[in-house]
Amino acid sequence: MKTSSCLAAPVLAAVSGLAATAASADDLTLCWAAWDPANALVELSKDFEAQSGHKMSFEFVPWPNFADRMLNELNSGGKLCDLMIGDSQWIGGAAENGNYIKLNDFFDAEGIKMDDFIPATVVGYAEWPKNTPNYWALPAFGDVVGWTYRKDWFSRPELQTEFKKTYGRDLGVPETLDQLMDIAKFFQGREIDGTTVYGAAIYTERGSEGITMGVTNALYNYGFQYGSPANPYELQGFVNSPEAAKGLEFYKALYDCCTPPGSSDWYMSEDIDAYKSGQVALQMNFAFIWPGVNADANVGGDKSGYFPNPAGPGGHFAQLGGQGISVVANSDQKDAALQYIKWFAQPEVQAKWWQLGGYSALKAVVEDPAFATSQPYAQTFLDSMAIVKDFWAEPAYADLMLAMQKRVHDYVVAGQGTAQEALDSLAKDWTAIFEDEGLL
Amino acid sequence: MSNSITEPTPRQKWVAGILVVGYALVTILPLIWILTTGFKTPADAIAYPPKVIFEPSLEGYVNLFTTRTRQTQEFLAAHPPQTWYEEIVRKYDMVIVGPSRYGERFLNSVIIGFGSTFLSVFLGTLAAYAFSRFKVPLKDDLLFFILSTRMMPPIAVAIPIFLMFRSLGLSDTHLGMILLYTAVNISLAVWLLKGFIDEIPREYEEAALIDGYTRFQAFYKVVLPQAATGIASTAIFCLIFAWNEYAFAALLTSGTAQTAPPFIPTIIGVGGQDWPAVAAGATVFLVPVMVFTIILRKHLLRGITFGAVRK
Amino acid sequence: MFDSPMQRAARATPPEIARRIRGLSDRTVAWIFVSPTILLLLAVNIFPLIWTINLSFTNFRANRPNRAIEYVGFENYQRILTDGDIWLTMQATAHFLFWTILLQVLIGFTLAWLINRKFKGNDLWTTIIVLPMMLSPAVVGNFWTFLYQPQIGFFNYIVSFFTGVDPASFQMIGDVPLAPWAIVIVDTWMWTPFVMLICLAGLRSIPGYIYEAAEIDRASRWRQFWTITLPMVLPFLMLAVLFRGIENFKMFDLVVQLTGGGPGSTTELTSINLKREAFEKWRTGYASAYAVILFVTIFGLASIYVKALNKVKER
Repeated sequence: MKTSSCLAAPVLAAVSGLAATAASADDLTLCWAAWDPANALVELSKDFEAQSGHKMSFEFVPWPNFADRMLNELNSGGKLCDLMIGDSQWIGGAAENGNYIKLNDFFDAEGIKMDDFIPATVVGYAEWPKNTPNYWALPAFGDVVGWTYRKDWFSRPELQTEFKKTYGRDLGVPETLDQLMDIAKFFQGREIDGTTVYGAAIYTERGSEGITMGVTNALYNYGFQYGSPANPYELQGFVNSPEAAKGLEFYKALYDCCTPPGSSDWYMSEDIDAYKSGQVALQMNFAFIWPGVNADANVGGDKSGYFPNPAGPGGHFAQLGGQGISVVANSDQKDAALQYIKWFAQPEVQAKWWQLGGYSALKAVVEDPAFATSQPYAQTFLDSMAIVKDFWAEPAYADLMLAMQKRVHDYVVAGQGTAQEALDSLAKDWTAIFEDEGLL
Repeated sequence: MSNSITEPTPRQKWVAGILVVGYALVTILPLIWILTTGFKTPADAIAYPPKVIFEPSLEGYVNLFTTRTRQTQEFLAAHPPQTWYEEIVRKYDMVIVGPSRYGERFLNSVIIGFGSTFLSVFLGTLAAYAFSRFKVPLKDDLLFFILSTRMMPPIAVAIPIFLMFRSLGLSDTHLGMILLYTAVNISLAVWLLKGFIDEIPREYEEAALIDGYTRFQAFYKVVLPQAATGIASTAIFCLIFAWNEYAFAALLTSGTAQTAPPFIPTIIGVGGQDWPAVAAGATVFLVPVMVFTIILRKHLLRGITFGAVRK
Repeated sequence: MFDSPMQRAARATPPEIARRIRGLSDRTVAWIFVSPTILLLLAVNIFPLIWTINLSFTNFRANRPNRAIEYVGFENYQRILTDGDIWLTMQATAHFLFWTILLQVLIGFTLAWLINRKFKGNDLWTTIIVLPMMLSPAVVGNFWTFLYQPQIGFFNYIVSFFTGVDPASFQMIGDVPLAPWAIVIVDTWMWTPFVMLICLAGLRSIPGYIYEAAEIDRASRWRQFWTITLPMVLPFLMLAVLFRGIENFKMFDLVVQLTGGGPGSTTELTSINLKREAFEKWRTGYASAYAVILFVTIFGLASIYVKALNKVKER
């Protein structure tokens, strides 16, 4: 396939669109977030267009507005999207409100088996209710919060010596959150090659889901739980346990001691900017950025390394990201949309997906012996996917998220109240939401 | 009259000039930063510390108008770049997949911006003529009512408008946005145009009426040509609002009718926000309004005072 | 000035007769001309406003179309007026309003006064100063997040260049005490030219002979400024304050892009807070009550102000 010039592309698209109409093909619109993997999917889908004769259009919404815009689209019964790669936490609402079609019969008919996918992605992206064999999506893009570090700085002999003298151990990939904080402290304010650098870029964003996606990586590992094992909606003593409060205090301490000035409203893209411009030694971010980091002219290749979220005193988890692909119930082209999912589930397509920078969730791809060494970050991705935990996927997900964003941001960034107070208020907010939903 | 305030001394002029130029230079800095960022590479744009001197690049503009994706080494080797803009993206092992959405968004801004400007000026001229020439019952109340609609916060009326558009099928359509922006702009249009039409002597039309013109003909052939400058400057103010509006556009449009202002802040590159492309998008978007402003700067004062300042 | 024969003839004929001859009466024409505007405003402004008032008494949620709608009386209003968080957003709005207007009036008036010295090239520089006003506020807000980044933006370095403060020692949008000022600075940067233009219009409307008369009376410069310039420009200044006040009370786009209401809720202005309630939490009924309260506040304050303005004009 030839890459057409950007000016000729619309003309070609128009011509091929006409041709496709003649062959009674459908025009499918796929909705997703606007980010690197989405562009790779456009490229990947050209193969589907050639095979099926359907014409694909794409609607990519940037992350800060993605949930707002798309949930609104689903709730209002819009017909914009035929296929939706919706965020993992939407699945409960989309299933219960009938926004997605159930895929069990289709999977059975086409011989697509969920056992072929990484278990965490099946639970996280496809099932509702969780841990029951009711599938509303096919795992499309595996993602998880992990860390990127400046390997070139870590390997400088003078820094290694100094670190060892101060902390009594080698400067290397941290195994616990406390070690991570030590490293961040060590780099904070240090002069490297004539500029002042800082410890870590972490998530602090207020507007959408940023700080929640960051702080959970500390909360989980200190013992925070979403609810009682007996009743998931019983929150007192789980959401706001003393251990959970310690986790929140850790995150605030990390923010206060070891982040670049001005990082009070940072999410994926600001963290990347900080890392690529050489401001920080460590960066918290979703795995989707790793291919871009690896290819970067300033910090790519050997200059960067990757490691999973370090363990804490209460466990070892990492925040799940990623999405499954679903067929929108309101679509007029459900058959063609299902055809796309069938095409996408093929092992060859999934293998190509990984090559273009998409994190395939298919076991056949990730368990291939060559996978772990195919990219410098591949092993870290596998290790991280083994320890994932996700936010609420309830129908009231958006309300739950807004409450957490406010409580956590007010404490961590604005410094209001104590960690215990923040989590107590959060437990109260969430309980009120569940009461409103009739679950309590 | 060397000491008179009506004719300042050369020294006063110098001091005033230096102070104003000083302010202008400071105030223009962020604009220059936007302009120059458009010609930086993404790496230079986020350089730490910031770069003042850099090697100009068209990457921002290429990224603004194209969609790109990473490709495998085999693919890249098999398809050598054919154009200068493909050369640019090859630096990152990427290929151009197609045009970006910026063109569509810009076009939407043109359709909605000019469509609503035309409609508000058209309806505004009719209403302003009627208010200026005829005895309209409750005239003052109606005029105040028209003015007061401007005070509503967009977010406050956005809820029912959102629900209304949803049930009428006007969500995310050009027509819906044109009607909405027209409704917001019409208060300004009526007030401004009434001022202009008030100044056209009634005798002209009345003479035309005697000559056998109908009211419509008199309005069309006599009043409209006289009000031409007023109409033009009203149009500019309506256009500036509709062109730059964000709140309604962000809440009520997504795919088909989205304008550029909600789109530009969301242009992303590899991982993060693509600052050169954002800057390029902002620059391209500023040009039409800037040109109009410079052409019509004499009428600026009247527009911003809602017609309260007369010549 | 001499009237043309046509004009004289026109005045000689009673207009009523002339009009009656033509098909449509003036009354009809007036209605044809006015009604589209009124209809459009009724449909897109008044009908939604009535709908909002109606919704404000319910527990309706726009994202749960299947849920039954209940009338809850004044519960929403009661909840808003007793909610401490909403008073915080009101305080943030008041801070933003007060300082933006004060700064814009001071700087805008000074600039207009200086430009009115009519130095060479004042036209060109006026046009340059006006440019920030032409940008889209959302794009401005977005780009300033970049300019405010302490490491990669240029704002901190400029401040450092002029004052010698370490650029890494402060953060405009991340710091709770500084963030309210960060939004004030950007709004002032963008909208001072607007106030300046209105003041310029005011200054240019003062006839020169008044100053000449003052000169003859040997009034000092200082006195001339306080007794002539300021009172004559005051109605214009008040008009500028009215427009900026209404706009900044409604402020959404610039600030939402710049800080998103953060850090914490320090810059969460009422419109941003309202957007969260209406389009993120989807508490439509509650948000409608909120919208009604805001509208009544703006309308009330503006009406009082307009009365004061008219009094000043009459003087």
